[in-house]
Amino acid sequence: MKQKKKSWRSTLLVVFLTILAVFFLAPVFLVLMNSFKGQFYISDAPFALPDANTFVGLKNYWNGIQKVGFFSAFGYSLFITVCSVAAIVLFCAMTAWYLVRVKTRMANGLYYLFVFSMVVPFQMVMFTMSKIANLLRLDHPVGIILLYLGFGSGLSVFLYSGFIKGIPLDVEEAATIDGCRPLQTFFLVVFPILKPTAITVAILNAMWIWNDYLLPYLVIGNRYRTIPIAVQYLQGGYGSRDMGALMATLILAIIPIVVFYLACQKYIIKGVMAGAVKG
Amino acid sequence: MQKSYRKYAVFFILPTFIAFIIAFLVPFLFGIYLSFTKFTTVTNTQWVGWDNYVRAFTANRDFTHALGVTAAFTVVSVISVNLLAFGLALLLTRGIRGTNLFRTVFFMPNLIGGIVLGYIWQLMINGLLLRAGVDITYDPKYGFWGLVVLMNWQMIGYMMIIYIAGLQNLPGDVLEAAEIDGASPWQKLRHVTIPMVMPSITICTFLTLTNSFKLFDQNFALTAGAPMKKTAMLALDIYNTFYGRVGDEGVGQAKAVVFFLMVAAIAFVQLWTTRSREVEQ
Repeated sequence: MKQKKKSWRSTLLVVFLTILAVFFLAPVFLVLMNSFKGQFYISDAPFALPDANTFVGLKNYWNGIQKVGFFSAFGYSLFITVCSVAAIVLFCAMTAWYLVRVKTRMANGLYYLFVFSMVVPFQMVMFTMSKIANLLRLDHPVGIILLYLGFGSGLSVFLYSGFIKGIPLDVEEAATIDGCRPLQTFFLVVFPILKPTAITVAILNAMWIWNDYLLPYLVIGNRYRTIPIAVQYLQGGYGSRDMGALMATLILAIIPIVVFYLACQKYIIKGVMAGAVKG
Repeated sequence: MQKSYRKYAVFFILPTFIAFIIAFLVPFLFGIYLSFTKFTTVTNTQWVGWDNYVRAFTANRDFTHALGVTAAFTVVSVISVNLLAFGLALLLTRGIRGTNLFRTVFFMPNLIGGIVLGYIWQLMINGLLLRAGVDITYDPKYGFWGLVVLMNWQMIGYMMIIYIAGLQNLPGDVLEAAEIDGASPWQKLRHVTIPMVMPSITICTFLTLTNSFKLFDQNFALTAGAPMKKTAMLALDIYNTFYGRVGDEGVGQAKAVVFFLMVAAIAFVQLWTTRSREVEQ
């Protein structure tokens, strides 16, 4: 009897969660549906399915891709994200390891400086940072990597340090006795141990950099559009914008994220969890 | 061992530290200096003392209004996101079929960037308001609650994941003991589960608090402050002050310093309360 009651309850729960999941996906489906309608039919009746009158096939996609240069935007976003994340994962690990192992007053002070930078919102430095980037000729997709390394180093050094503090010294001492120089010790012994944290650092930074709008807009926005800048670029004046191209570009912007998410779901969820617990 | 490492500081520290100086340290310090000056370019500055700070609060009511909007938005979204995320986490730790699929779906919005999210919800909300013949810029209420719904949609999945992790670490025997002692489901939740997932609650509160307070992209894309800057939050107001009118850059920088101090105060209070609670345990 009790068993029966329980299964009835869990069926109800599944139904409830399914309805909720549909609501969660609805906004994205709404955009997808509208991306196949003519641009003048979108604002007037966004909930209507495309019909013979309003269906325009892939025309919006073609428009969107051309108007914003979507493929080059995708290329810039991919290049900047991959290179910045690689730089952050490697250099912040080296810095964190050094700061934890060499306990001078300088190293300690530097560590707290990195931690402090986590509290500072981007608006505090956005103007001066973009001016300095111009001054130093860092206003191109390669230069911006340095800015991401610098601005992202606070959280990443912090996450790595937390993990490194828990690694016993014995392994590294053994490596030194066996004749490893510090650089060898780091790359052959320490870095492989850091892998779980490296994944967390990579996921958190990739999510931030791929979606970041303001920093690339202020530094390289005039000449190089990343995907968020491309989407914002379609906004134009209110009313005059091409809603069809906007819908199509939104879908194009979401596709890489969904593919990446489904492929690396396990790592993403683990990484986000670990990052939250330590941060 | 330390001494042999020290020679290698150049390799280990320098790449990160140079980037840190260029991207953070110099802009930060220079930003504080600029907040006391009148400037249009960084090489042409004129010291004006506290003038920018005074003007930030008195020249118009934009900043104080944005502060009010931000505070209200932060309170509403911290409460709603955490309640809903915790509820979902409770439902998804009962071992029902399809748990993983639901988790995947609920977390997905978190990966989509703020600008894209803003336009997705603009379409959705404008579509719903169409029946009344208006759009999201008609009344600040629409923009405000639209942003709350958007924030919930984005953050619930993330917080749910953290709560699930906390709930899965609960020792089963404690709950069992409570059950044997005749505790009702509500009593179990109130007196066993919630106290034991307190660390997760602290983390989630902190994350939603800072993310809501510093929100920019979503606000920018959804309403851009319309109508009449009535839905602009602090970060957006600072941006508008900087890049709105020539000559107001100093005021923008002063607002940014005030904003930074507020964020730092929130972080400090949070850290302090967490520390004191940890000592108790």
